[in-house]
Amino acid sequence: MNDLLDLTIAEARQGLDNGDFSAVEYTDAHLKEIEAANKALNAFLIVTDEKAQDMAKASDERLAKGEAGALEGIPIGVKDLFCTKGVRTTACSHILDGFEPPYESTVTTNLWEAGAIMLGKLNLDEFAMGSSNETSYYGNCVNPWRRDGDDTILVPGGSSGGSAAAVAANLCPAATATDTGGSIRQPAAFTGTVGLKPTYGRVSRWGVVAFASSLDQAGPITRTVEDAAIMLGVMASTDEKDTTSIDIPVPDYLEEMKGKLKGLKVGIPKEYRVDGMSDEIAALWDQGIEWYKDAGAKIEEVSLPHTKYALPAYYIVAPAEASSNLARYDGVKYGLRVEGDDIISMYENTRAEGFGAEVKRRILMGTYVLSAGYYDAYYLKAQKVRTCIKKDFDEAFKKVDVLLTPTTPSPAFAAGEISGDPLEMYLNDILTVTVNMAGLPGISVPAGMSSTGLPLGLQLIGKPFDEGTLLRAAQVIEDASGELPAPARWWS
Amino acid sequence: MQINEATVRKIAHLARIKVTDEEAKSLETELTSILEWVEQLNEVDTENVEPMTSAVETAVKMREDVVTDGGYAGRIIRNAPKSDDNFFVVPKVVE
Repeated sequence: MNDLLDLTIAEARQGLDNGDFSAVEYTDAHLKEIEAANKALNAFLIVTDEKAQDMAKASDERLAKGEAGALEGIPIGVKDLFCTKGVRTTACSHILDGFEPPYESTVTTNLWEAGAIMLGKLNLDEFAMGSSNETSYYGNCVNPWRRDGDDTILVPGGSSGGSAAAVAANLCPAATATDTGGSIRQPAAFTGTVGLKPTYGRVSRWGVVAFASSLDQAGPITRTVEDAAIMLGVMASTDEKDTTSIDIPVPDYLEEMKGKLKGLKVGIPKEYRVDGMSDEIAALWDQGIEWYKDAGAKIEEVSLPHTKYALPAYYIVAPAEASSNLARYDGVKYGLRVEGDDIISMYENTRAEGFGAEVKRRILMGTYVLSAGYYDAYYLKAQKVRTCIKKDFDEAFKKVDVLLTPTTPSPAFAAGEISGDPLEMYLNDILTVTVNMAGLPGISVPAGMSSTGLPLGLQLIGKPFDEGTLLRAAQVIEDASGELPAPARWWS
Repeated sequence: MQINEATVRKIAHLARIKVTDEEAKSLETELTSILEWVEQLNEVDTENVEPMTSAVETAVKMREDVVTDGGYAGRIIRNAPKSDDNFFVVPKVVE
């Protein structure tokens, strides 16, 4: 076991500043670990080792000159949904075969400008559509966690499965991820990592392959709450290139985290006790409530009556927006092209071969609900329900500062266990999707272990642009749950 | 809402995705079950509710209508499966 790999971002920054080790050494340790583990985990699709070493050397020079950025010398994995200049970007779809973006996303630009080092591109569900990383064209990503005494392969969750698995297995201290219906928080819960989905508009979507534009938001997966604060501080910005990015200055999240906890009002939404929630998840939730009481917070039950409608509304809004966004993949501008007799058959052949089953299903669902005569009945209705969901939260946040819920109804499941039934797979997002529908920030924090030895997460939901309070509250769970085990390194 | 095979084929054509007979059959069942499941939204009274248009209330950002970027056709065309002299090449559309 290499100690460098266990360091959090905060610890590594200290070590680099002190000269305990160099950015090159720190980066090489991660590249070596990726080499050893990736065959088993399939978290990284591409390892940009030469680029990483060059960036690490440049970091060491800046460190020597005392010009270190907030993430100076920190190696990071990038979900393969972020465009990276000259480095293949696929969204894990066959249809983007060989695509090398001529530009860099705003989020990754922010990271490199702060001194971070790119290790490579990470696995995900195709176009971020999935909750198990089983729809990737490049194969399943594997959860570093296994049940006690059982070597069944488990999914890392999705869509940011590669990001979560890589961080959990110490292949990188942090990774970028995106969340449209739970794609940061659910994999974080399945892998014992911290996953933060910021307020819609806090982080630029420019250069991130679009899935559902009114729901997509990028955020970090890390091993600690403090690291999530450091990452968000760099990833967040206002961006002229994204008209939905909001002109609010990025606060100092580390400073905002330091505030007092006493008197914090924590809401418990009663509708989140959903059917099928396991007893141990319900018990973990109760444990979480006790932790907040012990920390001096006030607990209050709140009601979010439209909760059960968030998921069906999501499965109208997200496919509708996806069908529109994915119209650009036509075999003309980039990626795969399958010839046909004429231009229409070229389009149809290209998209038939280029998209996987789940992506096709969602495009067709979206095309149907937007087609003539159905727009009002489906899309407009869903957007009205969305207003109802948002109003529920507005009411709750008049009384409380944050909401506490479980992140998922169950721990990580086995590969193939529920991939046969799309509706059953969709239910994985039942506790996370409301947050995207209302545009709020949410975070999943490791809080305990299942009876089978798997990590479990609790979710906190915050007010718009109040990530500071969210992070401060999240620290309570991290502190109270104490040192949780790390996955057994069965892959080495 | 029951989706039949003809509807699947119609929307697949609108979406420009060729589907096999086998795919059309399974999509018929899958899309029908998803649409039946979303029917529950009809339980929500949305009589006087405005549709959500943005997650956070904000004024639309304005900017000068000027060219801020461009002049690099070569970079844009570089990823095209077929190109010629900085143009995308598609199958013949006009006889």
